[in-house]
Formats: sequence, structure tokens, C-alpha cells
Amino acid sequence: MNEKIEPILRAENISISFGGLKALDNVSLTINPGEIFAIIGPNGAGKTTMLNVLNGFYKQDEGSIFFEGKKRSKHMKPNVIAAMGIARTFQNLALFTGMSALGNIMVGRTMKMHSNIFSQALYWGFSRKEEIEHRRAVERIIDFLQIENIRRTPASMLPYGLRKRVELARALAAEPKLLLLDEPMAGMNLEEKEDIARFVLDANEELGYTIALIEHDMGVVMDICDRIAVLDFGKKIAEGTPDEVKANPEVVKAYLGTAEG
Amino acid sequence: MTDLPMTGPHILIDNAKKFPPTKAAMREKDYGIWQSYSWQDYLDQVKDFALGLASLGFEREDKMAIIGDNRPQLYWGLAACQSLGGVPVPLYQDAIHKELHYIVNHSECRFALAEDQEQTDKLMHLKDETPRLEYIIYDDPRGLQNYKKDWLIAFTDVQEMGRRFGKENPDYFMDSVNQIKPDDMSIIGYTSGTTGNPKGVMITHRMIADCSRGFLEWDNLNETEEVMAYLPMAWIGDHIFSYGQALCSGFTVNCPESTTTVVQDQKEIGPTHIFAPPRIWENILTQIMIKIEDSAWIKRKGFDYFMKVANRVEKKRIANEQVPTGDGILYQIGRFLYFGPLVDNLGMSKLKVAYTAGEAIGPEIFEFYRSLGINLKQLYGMTESCAYVSMQKDGEIDSESVGPPAPGVEIKISDKGEVLYKGPGNFVGYFKNPEATAETYEDGWLCSGDAGYMTEQGHLKIIDRAKDVSKLNDGTMFAPKYIENKLKFSPYIKEAVAHGMGKDFVAVFIDIDYGAVANWAERRHIAFTSYTDLAQKPPVYDLIQEAILKVNKSLSEDPRLKNSQIKRYLLFHKELNPDDGEITRTRKVRRKFIAEKYGDLIDALYDPAKESVDMEATFTYEDGRTTTMKANLKVRDVNTF
Repeated sequence: MNEKIEPILRAENISISFGGLKALDNVSLTINPGEIFAIIGPNGAGKTTMLNVLNGFYKQDEGSIFFEGKKRSKHMKPNVIAAMGIARTFQNLALFTGMSALGNIMVGRTMKMHSNIFSQALYWGFSRKEEIEHRRAVERIIDFLQIENIRRTPASMLPYGLRKRVELARALAAEPKLLLLDEPMAGMNLEEKEDIARFVLDANEELGYTIALIEHDMGVVMDICDRIAVLDFGKKIAEGTPDEVKANPEVVKAYLGTAEG
Repeated sequence: MTDLPMTGPHILIDNAKKFPPTKAAMREKDYGIWQSYSWQDYLDQVKDFALGLASLGFEREDKMAIIGDNRPQLYWGLAACQSLGGVPVPLYQDAIHKELHYIVNHSECRFALAEDQEQTDKLMHLKDETPRLEYIIYDDPRGLQNYKKDWLIAFTDVQEMGRRFGKENPDYFMDSVNQIKPDDMSIIGYTSGTTGNPKGVMITHRMIADCSRGFLEWDNLNETEEVMAYLPMAWIGDHIFSYGQALCSGFTVNCPESTTTVVQDQKEIGPTHIFAPPRIWENILTQIMIKIEDSAWIKRKGFDYFMKVANRVEKKRIANEQVPTGDGILYQIGRFLYFGPLVDNLGMSKLKVAYTAGEAIGPEIFEFYRSLGINLKQLYGMTESCAYVSMQKDGEIDSESVGPPAPGVEIKISDKGEVLYKGPGNFVGYFKNPEATAETYEDGWLCSGDAGYMTEQGHLKIIDRAKDVSKLNDGTMFAPKYIENKLKFSPYIKEAVAHGMGKDFVAVFIDIDYGAVANWAERRHIAFTSYTDLAQKPPVYDLIQEAILKVNKSLSEDPRLKNSQIKRYLLFHKELNPDDGEITRTRKVRRKFIAEKYGDLIDALYDPAKESVDMEATFTYEDGRTTTMKANLKVRDVNTF
């Protein structure tokens, strides 16, 4: 890695505890612009906690986060952080179930809309123009993720794999500088996983998104990521390219148990 | 007829002059919005692309493979290739490596036009093995930005090269179009035969123009028609319908947004003319039945009741008899409550005429659509005849025949009972395969390979493939496809393979319709894990048995077929798949292949002692991985009447 690259996000010595449980213990990581970065680890390793800290859902007890070189206030609200350009998806899906796929994705554009609620309700003048412009952007994402056929389907009627895709679409619609994906492939069959992997790769290569994702399916992660950080019991045990991580005995131990065991 | 232009490019140029810029020649749904192209746009696009090809060194009689879903760019590519005197070779978009390799190699393609990354990848794999293939051109650049090869070019880049080339050679396009003669080859359509390698059917411009015009006149179709192009471009039906007929009449071809949005897109367009093989009609029927099953009981009862009325009314209408007043009134109520909204939902409310072609359709399926008030008609043809042999006339519909000979076609039945014909669509020959051509033509008559006869009304009736029709041991005629099509009326049966040649009775393999049966099982809280698991559930056997009993009942009513009722069956452990060679790309059952591959299963069907059979199958994925699957398939007896 070129040392001169300014990381898009740098987390330094992050620690957070819930009661007596130390969920993250002095974890540092850097995410460089234009890369696909993965955080992996066994269940309970603190992956989702890390993501929640990165997008401001949790406040770290110690440590600091630098976004685009600037130190971020610990008390910044998640919506402000989102407006700065960090979007995310959730492991347990957080779609508006009564809304169509299209509506859900449009929500992702809210941050970028400037007209007020009244003129939006009238769909007139500037807000009309704005709506058309955002719809165009959303249609491009629908095309990108190949979900034309479910545009009008309420989210509640979609199967799980497609809901995940709609959620990804919503995050993409926000055009974030950094996209956080929480287990985008959890609960999917092989084919669906390969589809999502393809979309993540394309989003990175074609649309130029910087992506940080959590996953416990090692196979897929190794194939698509540029760099990986491995967490185990709240501690970072490795960081590097997929090959480096694979060769790291600590990682093997965390995933497969000790050799003597 | 004499002064009408006869070649695709000439007709296109004529259309661009004839129709105003407001008349859409093509529409494509992109980013959720229908984009229109006028005939002038169509011509400009074709011209730019053609000149681009010319600047890459495309020569007369060069072949160009075309593969992908129905996109305007692919149709333009096809026309561009023709306007340079070249020959397009459309390929089935789901074809696997082996099939593509054979066709691209055999047809000696120098150029290939692919829709997207998926198809481009397939062609790139072929590049090393087929030395003649020089350039691959792609339409959708998605995912291809890292493929840096000199011989891999974007469609729009080729057009850009064409515009530059056109500035330097302003007469090039018209000069090359003017060199095309009506009797030049216009396309090679590879047929996915049920035996052996595909054969390249050579077709000329004149054949396409004559047949297309024949179709249009038959139904009085004109430039105001709207059609949906979503069937494989490699199918002759689509070529005649979305290309030939569109050019000859000037009507509008609509390309859906994606293969998964066809139903919604069709609803938005409201086509007036549909041309589709039976499997499409079967699929739509299955979807309707699933939705009816899911609806409230009162709606279900109402639908069943009014469908019965509609069926009675349609039987009268087909027979050209007076419909009793009571039924007439009930039918109108049914139309108001059910058929109208249903037909509207299918996007078929503006339909003038619909055809089922390419395969025999089950009479029950056919009657279902007609009962709804849809003017569905049968058409008989094949690639070798440009899909043009016989078709039904309005007012002379019969669910079991395929109508009188089309204008200009002569039909004769050989001594062996095979259908022979002569007509404007008769093909020139198989490409580089004179032996096969000689076998197909007999004194200028084209041997269809189908067994059939002419009815008293002068309509052609097809029984089955001549080589498939045989006899049971007791001498009863056994026509497997006839029985299979009856079975396929059940929404729960996707495919069936009937056995009986040289046996004592008829026995069948049945492929359940996974979507429909899974839906049925879910509503009954039957848990299952996979296709194989679902197919082997006793309640599913009961469900299918009901459908078989209905077929047996219907067979028992025909004295000639009474003894060909189904006595034993088993539910197959997997879907029949063209990738595994069990059916063709157009979903024709490859009987010989199945008989060889699944001999054990057939033996079990005819061994009364066996109640189940173990089977082990090895599957090969596209990337070369293999898995072995073990299953125990139950064999059941069915009552006959």
C-alpha cells in the first residue's frame, strides 16, 4: 500500500464496553479510498459493534475516529455522520416494509433533497425538477442492481435475498463516500451470495465506491476484498491482504480452534 | 407484389422514407421509461453500425453471431450485418459453451455481437478455440471496463467509427445495400434438433419478406400494431415476428426492460399481436392458477363457475353454433367480473390476434385462453419453412388442428403419414450439410418429420413427431406428445415424458412445476427442502395423481386412445434441463437421450414388483464442478377408466 494515500477513515485505539463486557479493545484500522475493506471474525468478535461505532450508533469509550483526515467529535449524531457521507446497511434489514422497493430507495436520496415538505407535497416547480432528477439517479441504481421487476413491490412481500438488495440500493442511492455493509450475504444461498459479491465488486470498480463490509463467510471475502482486518473477542488479531491474513496462524486459530485442541 | 422491396435493408430504407418521425419503430424500456426510436432512427443506427463494421473489415458473406436478450441494438446489428451483404447467426442466449462453440465454429463467424458481460464472457472463452472469430462487440458495457482487448469493442464505439468512416465514404452504405439481391442468404437459423448437432438453416431475404407479408395479410395487420419482443432472437418465430413482420408492416416492436419484467411491461404496452410458443402460454396459465388458488374462496368459486360457463360458450363458438341466451348472459357477467380484469392484467385487452407456434399446445390450454375471449390461434411451421406452413383462420378455429395451408403453401401427406409441404418459406438448405438437406427434401417437397393428416374441413392435424408415434404391444396407437400435452394442462406439471413404445401400457415421468407445487405445499404447511424432496412427498404424489386421473378420463373418451391411459408414473428428481441435454433450448423432449440416461427408471416403471427406485445422478456445473445426488423415487400405479 502506498503510504502517501490519505485514508478515508481512520479509527485509532477504539475501545467500548457494555457493562462488564469489553466489546472492542483498543482496535485501530484504516480504510483507504477506493478499496473494499472487510472486517471478519467469529461470532461475537465485535464486528457489528465496530460498524456501529464507525457510523455513530455507539459512542466509543476511548479512541478517536478521523474521517477524511479530520477528527470526528465523539458526540456527533448518526444522521450528521450519514450526511457527511457514510451510509450503511443492516444485518437484520431495516426497510420500510409497507413501502415499495422504489420508495425505500428514494428514502436514500432524502439527504440530498433540498425542497421543503410543502412544495414536495404540491410536486411543483423546483421540487418537481428535483424529484425527477433523484428518480433518475434511483433508476440507475435499480438498473445497476437488476431489480427492475420489483420496483413497485412492497418490501414486505419481497423474499429475503431481494430485501437485502433493496437495502444495498438504498445505501448506494445516498452516494456515500464510504459504504458500510453489515453482513450483506448472511442467510443467502451460494447463488445469491455470488450475485451480491458481483454487485459489491461492480459498485467498487464501476461506481467507485469505497466499501467496508463485515462478513463471516471467509470464502467470498477472500475473493473480493483488497484488505481485511480480523477481530477476535474484541481485539484485532490481524490486518492485511487476503493472502497475508490467510497465512496468519492467529487467524487460523480463531477460526478453526487451536491445533493441539 | 413486384415493386415492393424484398430485402431487409431495402425495406428499412423504404420505411424511413414512408413513416413520419412520430411513428415509433422500436421502443425500449430503460431506466423505467419507454424510449422510442422512429424508423429514421432505426436506419441511422443501422447505418452507423454497418459502416463501423465495414471499417473493421467486414466483407460480403461474412457471418456475425448475435447473442443476447431482445435489445434494439441487437436487431440493429442484425440489419447492419445484412446491409453489408453479411449473414447474421442469432444464438440462444442460454446456450452453454459446447453449443456455442459448435455453432460459432461451424458457421465460420468472423464477428460476434453480444448483449452484455455474461454473453461476452462466453464468447471470449471461445475466441481461442475458434480462430475465425476476430471481433467481439458488446452492447451493455457494465462490468466490462477492465477487459482491455483490441478485438473487444463497444457497440457505440463501432458506431462512432462508422460515422467517421461514413464521412470519408459517403456512398458506401447505399452501394453495399444495392448489391443485396432478394435471393441472397439473409440469416442462418440453427435448429436445436432433438438428435445430433444443430443444423444451420439457410434462409433468404425473399423468404422472410414473402412469409412476413403472408402472415400480415392473413390477419389484416398493419403499421398500428404493437408487439413485445421477448422471445429468443435465435427462434425463427421471433425473427419473422419482431424483424420480418415489423419491417414489412412498419409496426412497433417493444423491448422489455428485462426478462423478469415482461409481464409488467406488456401490461403497459398492451400489445395487439402476440406470437409465442406453448410454454409461454403454459407458464401464464400456471401463474393465473396459482393466483386464483391464493385468492379468497368466494372469488375462487366464482372463477370456477364462470370458467365452466365460458368453456361451454367457447365450445359453441368454435362449432359456429348459436350460444343459448342464458349462457350468453352469464358469459357477459363473467366477462365483467372476471375475464375482463384478468385479460387486462395480462396486458392482453387490446389483442387482435395471438398465435401459439413451435410446438403442439394442449387442447385444454388452448381452450382456456379462447374461453377468456382471447383470439388465440394455432400456427404450424418450423425453421425450415420460416414458420410458415399452416395457420388457423378467424371463425374456423379448432382446438386440435392447425388450420388450412397458408397462402402459397401446398401440403401433402406421404404414404407413411408424414406431412410434406411446398411453400415460399421453404429453406435453401442446411449450411455446409448437403446430406441433411438431401434427406429433408423429397422431389421438391419438404419432409416435416411430423405425422399428420388433413381433416374433412381441409385443416391440417398434427399427431406427433413421425418417429415418436408408435404402438403399444396391443396395437393401440401411442402418441407421447399428445398425452404429455394433456398432462401439462395441470399447473403443477411442468414437463412430462411418456413411455410406451413396444410396451404393454403407458407410463410417465413427471416433472413438477416447482413454483406452483411449492406454493401449494406452503399453503398446506408441508415443509420441504429442495425440488427433489418436494417431488417425493406423498401429498405431492396425490396431487399429481389427480391430474393424471383427469387425463386418463379424457383419454378413455376416445375409443382409439382408450388403451393408452397412464398406468404407472414417477415424479422426477430434477427439472429437465437443456444444459443436461434432456430437452432442447425450445423445450422439446429428447426422448432417445432420456431413454438412455434414465433406463433404470424406465425399467422400474415396467417392473410391477418395484415400488421405488434408487437413483444416483451426477451433475456438471458450468464451471466444471460436479455433484452427485442420490434419491429414492417412488413409483405409483394409477387407476384407469
